[in-house]
Amino acid sequence: MELLSELKLHHPISVEDAVSLHAAAPTGRYLAGGSDLLVNVRRGIEQPGSLVYLDNIAELQSITDAPDQITIGAGVTLRELANSALVHEHFAAVAQAAGEVAGPSHREYGTLGGNLCLDTRCVFYNQSEWWRAANNYCLKSRGDICHVAPGGKKCFAAFSGDVAPALLLFDAEVELAGPSGRRRMALAELYRNDGMDHLTLETGELLVAVHVAKPSVPVTSAYAKSRVRGSIDFPLAGVALRMAMRDGRIAELRVGLTGVSPLPFLAGKLDKFIGRAPDQACLEDLRDAIRSQAKAMKTTVTPPHYRRRVAGALTLKLAQSLAQDLVEASS
Amino acid sequence: MTKTIAKTVLSLNLNGVVRDDVIPDNLLLVDYLREKASLTGTKIGCDGGECGACTVLIDGRPRHACLTLAATCQDSEIETIDGLSRDSRLTALQRGFNEKLGAQCGFCTPGMIMASEALLRRIPNPSETDIRDALAANICRCTGYVKIIEAVQFAAQALTEGEPAA
Ligand SMILES: Cc1cc2nc3c(=O)[nH]c(=O)nc-3n(C[C@H](O)[C@H](O)[C@H](O)COP(=O)(O)OP(=O)(O)OC[C@H]3O[C@@H](n4cnc5c(N)ncnc54)[C@H](O)[C@@H]3O)c2cc1C
Ligand code: SF4
Ligand code: FES
Ligand code: FES
Repeated sequence: MELLSELKLHHPISVEDAVSLHAAAPTGRYLAGGSDLLVNVRRGIEQPGSLVYLDNIAELQSITDAPDQITIGAGVTLRELANSALVHEHFAAVAQAAGEVAGPSHREYGTLGGNLCLDTRCVFYNQSEWWRAANNYCLKSRGDICHVAPGGKKCFAAFSGDVAPALLLFDAEVELAGPSGRRRMALAELYRNDGMDHLTLETGELLVAVHVAKPSVPVTSAYAKSRVRGSIDFPLAGVALRMAMRDGRIAELRVGLTGVSPLPFLAGKLDKFIGRAPDQACLEDLRDAIRSQAKAMKTTVTPPHYRRRVAGALTLKLAQSLAQDLVEASS
Repeated sequence: MTKTIAKTVLSLNLNGVVRDDVIPDNLLLVDYLREKASLTGTKIGCDGGECGACTVLIDGRPRHACLTLAATCQDSEIETIDGLSRDSRLTALQRGFNEKLGAQCGFCTPGMIMASEALLRRIPNPSETDIRDALAANICRCTGYVKIIEAVQFAAQALTEGEPAA
């Protein structure tokens, strides 16, 4: 029998109770599905003395529809998110991304909150205790060098959640609750470009819900990822794409990326594609633009140049298929 | 001085039997099942979430017992491979894995059967794609999966032809 490090489990039934239980033991962690956190606890990467379990908090568990926005509780499972007709209708890429996370059993209990607050990943970090010990650990945990970029002091562990880049397409906002009350901010501001400390959450802050405004006109969006095993793995690169067309030309274009850097982000400098017809030359330019922004590092066994190329290739494929859908819909 | 370990009095329904145990908060469900309840059908094949050998049903939904703290299962209904057969009669799925050679070394089989059980309750007549999708988180190193899919199809057919599930 394998014993985890010692911990006390709390079972709050309200957001406020959860926050105060966490505040009483600030080195603890919130526990949602546990499909990321408990792997790390089992591997000795994390040793939280206390876990505040979120599954009994009713406020976190539902998707609510309002005329202008939908609100998705942090405790909504990936399966519910993937199967939600409401989410499909307005934010197709989000539902698709949720349906591509891990395997079906993980999606039964893995939550949106856990997916957005997922730890960053690296082939030198997501390993057993003896493996990491044998390699003198690394900067992110207990060691003093980075095996990916040995000269530097920066950690490049990759954010590898699938849902965040899709939510970024729609300017999603997160609602947070902490010891000093509630606040709201753009999802993009939840992340920073630092593999060791990629979340801007303050100590003890709980992600309560994600709010997403419904676009005033229907928009087309989709998500695709590349992974080692199609059935279960984290993204080597994940691409979310949103596109609108007017008179046969691109009127709106957004690309969200995951798996290629310590944070999920929207690609920049896409303005030059607005007004162009989405022909092969245009979409190949787009592929190249994304490839150059997907600056993957050696954090997976698959080499970085492959992940850069595949980010571009996935973008091309998604853009071709969305452009075709839009052309067909308008004819 | 003796150190106090955080503990929970856990009440749950395990394969139809209600039981109470005092358990440490850091006990994983898979260890609770195997060591406390002596139900060794559920297997441990990896160090967390990779293989699916530990799949059990909690309130009817498949879940990795190796990534679940037992103390979070208060008042739940847990079903494991050990509880499927009734009065020495195998379920349609168990017979399917036997008849169609869906098990070779058998290590993945408890997880495969529990994940398939959840599928057949949701979709009694699944397509091959439904089966592949439902078992995507379960790894088998022996069969090559084809025999496992046939086993589930065998069970689905037996059930739709009106054989009792157990
Ligand atoms: C084999 C395997 C494959 C996987 N593949 C993928 C994949 O392809 N894509 C992917 O995105 N993920 C993958 N995962 C990771 C994981 O299953 C999912 O990301 C899942 O959504 C995590 O959610 P959870 O509820 O289980 O999180 P938990 O493990 O409970 O939590 C994860 C982190 O988030 C924090 N947290 C959770 N909820 C909140 C909240 N409300 N507020 C503040 N902090 C919170 C926790 O403290 C913890 O630090 C995989 C996992 C495994 C084991
Ligand atoms: S990028 Fe470097 S510091 Fe970060 S986890 Fe990997 S090896 Fe460790
Ligand atoms: S033992 Fe649980 S998934 Fe492998
Ligand atoms: S039968 Fe051996 S692992 Fe599946």
